[in-house]
Amino acid sequence: MTTAVKPRIATVSLAGCFGCHMSLLDIDERLLDLVEIVDFDRSPIDDIKTFTHRCAIGLVEGGCANDENVHVLEEFRENCDILVSIGECARTGGIPALRNSIPLAECLDEAYRSGPTVYNPTGTLPTDEELPLLLNRVVPCHEVVRIDYHVMGCPPSAETLWQVLTALLSNEKVQLPYELIKYD
Amino acid sequence: MPEEVTLTIDGKKITAKIGQSILEAAEENGVYIPHLCALQELHSTGACRVCMVRIDGRYSASCTQPVSDGLQVEVESDELLEIRKMIVEMLFAEGNHFCPCCEKSGNCELQALAYRLGIDSVRFPYQFPQREVDAEHPDVFIDHNRCILCGRCVEASRNADHKTALEFIGRGKNKRLAVTGIVDLDRADKAVSVCPVGAILLKRQAFQVPLGQRRFDHEPIGAEVESRNPEVRTP
Repeated sequence: MTTAVKPRIATVSLAGCFGCHMSLLDIDERLLDLVEIVDFDRSPIDDIKTFTHRCAIGLVEGGCANDENVHVLEEFRENCDILVSIGECARTGGIPALRNSIPLAECLDEAYRSGPTVYNPTGTLPTDEELPLLLNRVVPCHEVVRIDYHVMGCPPSAETLWQVLTALLSNEKVQLPYELIKYD
Repeated sequence: MPEEVTLTIDGKKITAKIGQSILEAAEENGVYIPHLCALQELHSTGACRVCMVRIDGRYSASCTQPVSDGLQVEVESDELLEIRKMIVEMLFAEGNHFCPCCEKSGNCELQALAYRLGIDSVRFPYQFPQREVDAEHPDVFIDHNRCILCGRCVEASRNADHKTALEFIGRGKNKRLAVTGIVDLDRADKAVSVCPVGAILLKRQAFQVPLGQRRFDHEPIGAEVESRNPEVRTP
């Protein structure tokens, strides 16, 4: 048996809801076809936390809401030949970016002090240094690093992700039919 | 004076009636020119600039430019496509357009145009402006986050509903839609139904049409215009 080196894929969810990853799992039995032709590197799918090899494709779900997101995204750019932003949060900031028109201090105050269901008699805000610092604004991935492809959808359907992945892996142009092009 | 004139659109001769705009003449001949603010039954104001074409080499909004004999109109060129894409991207960057949580999604002309123009990311930094949602009216929401200032509702309120219930106030980036308060907006008003985006919505109607049955789920915007012309294939 030959052991040809398979292209590697890395995936991550930054400021996202993991919905895009669920959609990837939703390719169902085609997952078996996928693992025949690729190996997963850093990804929540195999729970590898750091890059082990250079990857052919990096799939990024979610935009950047904190400094750790930015750091991870930069790491993905460094370690992936093709970087793809997956879904509306990665592409536009998405739902987390709804906070962008409200000053960060007001958001934190609402969440930890004055919200109707908050119990916080000392009024402290989370300050543990292990916690990533929030950015003033949630930004889409392409405002942080160069992104090669954008896949639309909230989440992109399993069919969309499958078509994009198979096109990229076979060096073909990504051409989605009209019905798979959705911002929602 | 003759009733009809002949002009050329992308090299193809068409006849048009005097008084028609280039946009109307093109549509009648099965040529779709992307547009957001123009609407057949309303007076065109040329607000959105998406319907930009080149007429005898000059850039002009085709919805406000009347036809005349012998005009050479260019609609489909890489340059014009790029201009249209840029204008639509600017609209996305300027407002707060969160498609996944907008009830107009799937029926929205701005979104459908972005699909048609192949916009997969916006080249301009998102502005995320601070804007209000006006929910005071018993039957109508006005969500300024999604308003693209196309002026359809203002035009409809003035000239179709004969009410002037809505007007623009402010200038430049502070321009916004305002309720005049002189007369009440009614849920049956034309001004309420002409919004191309989700800025004016009837209350208690959200998400009634299931996914897969919405206006732009299967056919791109403009497909109905192009179906009048068998030579043009919808992308």
